[in-house]
Formats: sequence, C-alpha cells, structure tokens
Amino acid sequence: MNKKLFVIGAVFLLSLTLLVGCGGQDKQAGTIDYPTKPIKYVIPFEPGGQSDLEARRQQRPLEQILGTSIVIENKAGGGGAVGWAELVNKKPDGYYMTGINIPHIILQPLARENAGYQTDQIITVALFQATPIGLAVHPDSPYNTLDEFIEAGKKNPGKITVSGSGTLSGHDIALMQLEDITGAKYQYIPAQGAAPSIQSFLGKHVDAILANSNDLVQHQDKMKILAIGSGETFEPLPEVKTFKELGIDMIASIDRGVAVPPNTDPQIIETLEKAFLEIANDQDIQAQMLKEGFMPLAMGSEESKQYINEMKKEYSVILEKVKK
Amino acid sequence: MSPDIIAALLNNINPVYFLMMALGVGFGIIVGALPGLTATMAMALLVPFTFTMEPAPALMILGGIYVGAMYGGCIAAILVNTPGTPSAIATTFDGFPLTKKGKAEHALVTAAISSGVGGVIGAVILLLLSPPLASVALKFGPPEYFWMAIFGLTIIATLASGSLVKGLIGGAIGLLLSQIGISPIGGDMRFTFGFYQLQAGLALIVVLIGFFCIPEVLGMVEKKISHIDKINFKPQKGVAKGVILELIKKPVLLIRSAIIGAFVGIVPGAGGNIAGLLSYNEAVRWSKNPKEFGTGIIDGVAASESSNNSEVGGSLVPLMTLGIPGAAPAAILLGAMMLQGIRPGPELYTNYADITYTFLISLIIANVIMGVFGFYGSRHVAKVINLPANYLAPMIVFMTVIGSYAIRNNMTDVLIMVLFGLIGYALNKAGFHPGPIVLGLILGPIAEDGLVQSMLMGQSAGSMWVVFFTRPISLILIALSLLSAGWPIVSSLRNRKKEADANA
Repeated sequence: MNKKLFVIGAVFLLSLTLLVGCGGQDKQAGTIDYPTKPIKYVIPFEPGGQSDLEARRQQRPLEQILGTSIVIENKAGGGGAVGWAELVNKKPDGYYMTGINIPHIILQPLARENAGYQTDQIITVALFQATPIGLAVHPDSPYNTLDEFIEAGKKNPGKITVSGSGTLSGHDIALMQLEDITGAKYQYIPAQGAAPSIQSFLGKHVDAILANSNDLVQHQDKMKILAIGSGETFEPLPEVKTFKELGIDMIASIDRGVAVPPNTDPQIIETLEKAFLEIANDQDIQAQMLKEGFMPLAMGSEESKQYINEMKKEYSVILEKVKK
Repeated sequence: MSPDIIAALLNNINPVYFLMMALGVGFGIIVGALPGLTATMAMALLVPFTFTMEPAPALMILGGIYVGAMYGGCIAAILVNTPGTPSAIATTFDGFPLTKKGKAEHALVTAAISSGVGGVIGAVILLLLSPPLASVALKFGPPEYFWMAIFGLTIIATLASGSLVKGLIGGAIGLLLSQIGISPIGGDMRFTFGFYQLQAGLALIVVLIGFFCIPEVLGMVEKKISHIDKINFKPQKGVAKGVILELIKKPVLLIRSAIIGAFVGIVPGAGGNIAGLLSYNEAVRWSKNPKEFGTGIIDGVAASESSNNSEVGGSLVPLMTLGIPGAAPAAILLGAMMLQGIRPGPELYTNYADITYTFLISLIIANVIMGVFGFYGSRHVAKVINLPANYLAPMIVFMTVIGSYAIRNNMTDVLIMVLFGLIGYALNKAGFHPGPIVLGLILGPIAEDGLVQSMLMGQSAGSMWVVFFTRPISLILIALSLLSAGWPIVSSLRNRKKEADANA
C-alpha cells in the first residue's frame, strides 16, 4: 500500500517539475505558444441570428489564420447576458472567447440589478460588423420626411406607435435619444426579437419601425426609410440620409465583435486581434457583408475599448434622464 | 405544370442531390430523437459547409434535416415518454401508453406514416398557397397573439384527463413558471432570486425532460425494486399492415391534423408544439370515443405527428414569401440563403425560381424519405426498450443530462432539469398530468407579449376596446375560445342526459 502511494507521489512530483520546467522555458523565450488547441467561440444568442451567422462566416478563415480549430457554441439567454456573465468568470487562457454586442453589454449592467457582469470586465478583441439602426414608415404613411415624423410626434405625443426589438435595447434607446433631442413623444412597442418586430410592422399593426440595417435592406421595397443611424452615408442604402445629416445629432447602431475574459495576456489578445482584423479587412468578405446589409468594421482592441467607454457615457446620461 | 417545376423535379432526381438530402433526413431523425439536440443546432453546424455548396443542394440538405428532426422527436416520446423535440409533446399522450401495452411498433409505424402524410400535405400547401397564406400571417398582430394563447389554454380541459381542477392548477403553475426571467416590458428581472443564470428564463425542453422523462425513469426503478414486470416489446407479424389499414380508414383525422399544423406553422412564433397539442385536442373533440384517448390508441399519435410535420411546410410560408423566419430552423435557412446572396421574398419565385422550386419539391420528397426510414426502422428501434431496467434507466438519465446541457450549453439547465424531474415525480404521484403545466409554460410568453403590446397599442389609440375586441381574427379567436371552454360543460350535460334517458 505504502509502495503504491510512494509511486503515485513520485509520478505526481515528476510531472510537476516537468510542468514548471516547461513554464520556465516559455518565459525565457518571451513568447507564449498560442494557440495550441481548439478555441471555443461562444455566441450568446440562438443559432441563426446575425451574431451567429457572422461567427460561422468567420469560422473557416479563422481556422486557417490561427492554425487551430474553432468550435462555435451557442449560449443563449437574457439577451446575451448569460453568455457574457459566463465569459467574465472564465480562465483567461485565450481558448474561450465570446461574441459581444454593443449597446447590449453597456445597457444591461446599467439597467439590471444583477446582469452577472460589468461592462469593463469584458475585454474587447475587435469589433468587426455593425448594423446601423434606421427609422422607417409604411409606403402609404402620411410622413415623408423625418421632419414631418418629428412634427407629428410633437403635435400628438404618444399617438404614433413605433416597433422595435426588446426593452432597453439598441432600438429602445435610439427612440429615447430621438425623443430627448427633439422633444417629440412616441409609443414604443417592444417585440421579442427583430423578426416579430418586422412582422408587426409589415402587418401594419404599428405606424413605424426601428430596425437594423440588414432588415431595412431586405425589406426596403415595403417601407419608406426616413433616416439611418450610421455616422456617414450607409453604402447599401445610398439615398437614405443619416440622422446627423438631417440635423439630429445621434448615432444609432448595433455593433458586433468578440471579447475575452479579464486578465487575458496582451500577447494572446494581439494574436486574436490580428486574425479578426485580417478577416474584417478582407475585400470579399466586406463586399458580401454590404450586400447583406451589414456595415463592415475593423476596430482593434484599444479602439473598441475607447468607443465602448464613449457610448457608455452617452447612454448613462440618457438612462438617467429617462429614470427621472 | 410550369417549366420551372419540371426543371425542379429533374434537379431532385439528380442522384448526388438526392443522396445529400437523404443523409440530411437521416441525420435529422437522429438529432430529433435525442432530447435536447434540436434541428436548429444540427442545421447551424452545417452552415459553414453550405458556403461552398451550390444554393439548391445547400437548401435541400438543410431542409432534409429540418424534416427529419421534426419526425425524430416522436421516437423518444413513444419509447420513453420524453419528447425529443417540444413538437412531440402531444405524441407522448398516447404513444407512451401504447409502448406500455407492448405496442411500441404500432405507435412508431403510426408516427412514421402520419408524419409522412402530414409533412407532404404541409409541403404541398407551401408550394401552392404561400402568397395568400402569408397575408393571413401578417394579420396576426399583438391582440391576435394574445387571443390565440387564450384559445390554446382552453385545451387544458382535454389535457387534464380526469380532474379539471388539477388541470387548471397545473396550467396556472405553468404560466407562473413562464414568468421567470426578463420581463418583456420594462426589462425587470422576475423571480430570479438573485441568480443571474435565471435571467434566461426556463428552457422549454429542459422542463419537458424533467417533467416527462425523470418520473418515468424513477417509476422504472421503482418497479425493478418491487419486482413488477417491466414493459416489453415482442415483435409481432403484420403490425405495419394492420396500422396502415386502420389509418386508411381515418383520412379525416390525418388531413384535419395536417391542416391545423400548417395553419399554426404559418403564424410566426407558434410552433410544432402548439400544432401538435391543438390537433390532439381536436382529435379528442371529434372522436366518438373521447375517453379512449390517453390510454394508448393510435389516433392520438396520428393527430400529433401529422400536425407537427405539416407545421414544417407552414413555418416556411412567411420565410419564403415575406422573408420573416417564423421558427428557429427557418432563421437558419434565411441565414443560409443570405450567405448565398439570395434574398427571400417575391424574388425567390422570379429570379431564383429554379432554386426555390427545387427546394420546395425536395421538401415533399424529404417527407417521403422520412416516412420510409421511419416505417422500416420502427421494428428495430422499438427493441430499445427491451434492455433491462438496470441498463436502460442509467442510459436514459445520461441522455437527459447531456440533452439539458446541450440546449444552451449551460450547467444551470441540468440542475433545473433534475429539480423539475423530482417535482414532476411528486406531482405525478399527486395525480397531476404534466400536460397542462407545459402548456402554460409554452403559451405564457405568447399571451404576455400579446397582452402588454396590445395594451401599449391601446394606450396610444386611446381605447383598449378597439384593440382587443374589434379586430376580425381576434373575434374569431374569442368565439373559438368560448366554444372550446364551454364544450366540456355541454358534452357532460349531454352525457348526463343520455344516461338519464338510458336509466329511464
């Protein structure tokens, strides 16, 4: 019995020294051998959504660049919150990354008592895709311009219904912003997701809709798009003016990217950032995205962090006002 | 026949395409049979591969998986009382009692034929009637969803089997359970007790596994301990022929169920689970021997399976004509189309007519393949339950753990499944059927979303009355709800009168 214990002990010690030895070697070389095994790429939404499809588009190219396999896993729930809560508690070894959505990761911790994570715990690797949010009405609607729509919202506050996806979501906050800037008032009708929202609009159960650019592109012949929330002209919809061009100083967009747990080694982040940006800058992929109604982005880790901080400030102000 | 359809037919005879689709169907059946693994997951897995494929075969293989998985759900439902997919909930009601009687093959053959027939009807409806039906789908706004959920709740009377009071309590419990998570208006966290994991709410399939499967496994163990004979299956001759002959006599049942299924499918957001439950309810209502339902008759299986497979065709109507995915698997198809550069909508029937018709016809063929697979597989699959309980029970438990984890890759779901399993076991002993609870859980969110959105619309319009009580489809649904709720009273009165007459 004792002999057995001794053998086990010896083996354990031996393997320990082996591990320590290896660790030491790595430090000497000054680089981390990464990646050496499959990387998990978690999407905190159901399969088939925009975030999910983007990840599946990236899967093959990522595998080629990183030289390892990428395993996509869906962890849906709580509008993404469950997946992000899990991300921030994971080991920061570079083998677990999660797709992120802005403004979700900013709004949830602001609005919920316990979303399970804080925005600054999410370490962004890159932002690679966006869907600017547009405002549209029916083709036979009496409103032909954003001005007319705003005037009507001032004259009959709360009489115009606007469909969007989710409460305290990108769509909800975009409408709050519009109301805040113009003083008009609308009735927001939150649907559970983009598809039900579009359905409600196409069935004319609501007067207007706030929708993501890919949905606008897809259904453009069944609506009048009054304005879009991109910073500059949105290429797939060249005739549509931005809110800014129409004198309303607001950006409304859902941005998608990928993040790793807090305390991840900067080298690992750099490796991943390079891979994601290479795909994001690929001409073919960009052309494909534009055709589908997405806006290609290629923001690195630092740039994304600054962007998120700016947006957080902006949203905190709006939410404070709404709470009052 | 238009040249497009003929070209599409020829495409379907292409052996490579055909083989891929058959593979898709087979893969789908396996995935569907395993509780917790869904058609959506299997299809999503294939999406990166479809990039490099031609559009038509890409859609065909995805469609094949969808069709196969919808049928596969019945296998676990019949053999171990666990809906492999939520669509097979109603299949358990008579499917499992049939297995208990040693008639597992009867149930499986019935499911295969009914699924095939229902699926073909659904696919034909999709092929021929999409545009007019899509406009019906658009008429469903928040008030219609609310009344549809209320109508759905009235079938508790059928599901309660015995005690109406217990059925109503069960339904209420289900509605309450559906409230866990983030509220649709205001975004508050409800009944999460400080656990961030509960933000996600309860996953239907996790609760289904808990309520339906665990009590059955515990029962199996109990019997083993007290040396009661286990359920067994002895292959008999002529089962398939007998079942076919019996089903041929019931065309109305199959067709009615298929039409209900297709119609429910057209309404985005209402899925195969609701389709199966509604058809089962109608089968009971129109039957001459309603009391036999739930004791193990093939009518119950046929109603549920015909309906949930025709739902597949229905659920693709809003996708193909409007570009709105009415169900999760349809969302994957939409994604696959977009990645191929195809935009669903009217263009599908003009610019992409060859691809579209090839796909639509392939759905009909996929249903036939599925029926054939199911038909010939039944006898072999049924033998699974002959395994001794000391192997079978742990195997099932193992599958339930994997399944409840896989649905959202979340460990909390496994704990929830075990918890609900124990609750379900206790409720079973107290005479509660899990049906009404699950119904409440399914319809709760639909009712709530419909209610709050309608109320916001009413606020804006200045009148709740106009929103809730003046829209034509709402009025039909209200009338149906009243009829359905009043039916048990009417029929019991009628029975009492009959008995009184007989006694006099």
